[in-house]
Amino acid sequence: MIRVALPEHLRTLARIQGEVRLDVPGEATQRSLLDALEASHPMLRGTIRDHVTQRRRAYVRFFACQQDLSNELPDTPLPGAVASGAEPFRILGAVAGG
Amino acid sequence: MESKLREESGMSGIRVLVGTRKGAFLLTSDGKRQRWDVSGPHFGGWEIYHLKGSPTDPDRLYASQSTSWFGQLIQRSSDGGKTWEPVGNKFAYDGVPGTHLWYDGTPHPWEFARVWHLEPSLSDPDTVYAGVEDAALFRSTDGGRTWRELPGLRACSGAQWQPGAGGMCLHTIVLDPTDPARLVVAISSAGAFRSDDAGKTWRPVNRGLRSEQIPNPTAEVGHCVHRIAMHPSRPDVLFMQKHWDVMRSDDAGQSWREVSGNLPSDFGFPIEVHAHEPETIYVVPIKSDSEHYPPEGKLRVYRSRTGGNEWEALTKGLPQSDCYVNVLRDAMAVDSLDPCGVYFGTSGGQVYASANAGDRWDAIVRDLPPVLSVEVQTLP
Repeated sequence: MIRVALPEHLRTLARIQGEVRLDVPGEATQRSLLDALEASHPMLRGTIRDHVTQRRRAYVRFFACQQDLSNELPDTPLPGAVASGAEPFRILGAVAGG
Repeated sequence: MESKLREESGMSGIRVLVGTRKGAFLLTSDGKRQRWDVSGPHFGGWEIYHLKGSPTDPDRLYASQSTSWFGQLIQRSSDGGKTWEPVGNKFAYDGVPGTHLWYDGTPHPWEFARVWHLEPSLSDPDTVYAGVEDAALFRSTDGGRTWRELPGLRACSGAQWQPGAGGMCLHTIVLDPTDPARLVVAISSAGAFRSDDAGKTWRPVNRGLRSEQIPNPTAEVGHCVHRIAMHPSRPDVLFMQKHWDVMRSDDAGQSWREVSGNLPSDFGFPIEVHAHEPETIYVVPIKSDSEHYPPEGKLRVYRSRTGGNEWEALTKGLPQSDCYVNVLRDAMAVDSLDPCGVYFGTSGGQVYASANAGDRWDAIVRDLPPVLSVEVQTLP
């Protein structure tokens, strides 16, 4: 069971409170996690990664285990603590403003 | 509240749909248009570029919701905006999208940014058009669940289009009520385009436009059209607010002539037509393209009752000193009551309404986020 923490706007959109818990088949990677997240919450399609290119949207960040995983390749295995559910995979909007 | 007001008055109701930088607001009143109920923000924190209701089912609303962080969503309501559901948000260009010109003149790949304008069909509540940035026209026939591009538009001259400072957006979609096959669209820094075969093929309709900001002022494409308006009883008559110049066509865009007349500035964004007088039109003059505020700090709507050229300032109830707001292209609309109601929203968050065709204005609300769009529904 993988835990995913979404930013407020996406929690509102997906009508969820707290973290999302996902069964991710196969190896836990950004791609397999996001596939599972979008399958369980289709309204999130296109909000985290582009529909066509499947690339992370520019102002979305992925953090876990006190690391910035935003620029990891989509098929890189996630840290063991995320895969085991000990730590959440955090999706958030980049800081903006002045 | 709304139904109660209508019951008390026995009159039609008005619903004003307001899109802002930080959410959508619905303003409702009875036919007297004196007391208003405000609901919102809906989708708080998101940019709502546009929302509009179906002409055949006023409870069916579509909204364009986006942010730089999380991209584009389309929301649909089936109960007049009380509840909403996200529908399809996949806007994939048809085939290999190719390139348009970038700011430096080099080819640049087409990239979807956002939906600027939603235009529901005149006959089917499940059919809706979307004008997007980078400029293209999409259509859904299943209530917004799926979207397909009408690629003939970009095929007609898209490789020559080049964005202006505001982005390369398709912002105006005019549907001909007498001929379902005819559509007119307008694109910033590209111009106006017309289809006579339901969107399969297109041609530029910019003859008569003159723009000193482009190398060839009378070029076939490259004109920065800001908005086009039409009265449904006379679909061949089109009114245009261009970057500079207010223009008129009497042949569905095949030729245009200037009708700026005595306006204090012919720069501006919105243009609208009175619901019952096809020769009465409204614009909001703005000082210049580098000073996006009204001349002399006076917010004035200008009305022509002669289809252009002769304009009168409408000022009662509008600030006539120290006013430096802007009114964007989609932020003006009319209702179809008698007398005709006219509405517009400002970058300062005010929404002004006139229940007498512009003779006097009152602010319905004063402190919304910057207003991006205003649409009006006259409810039965």
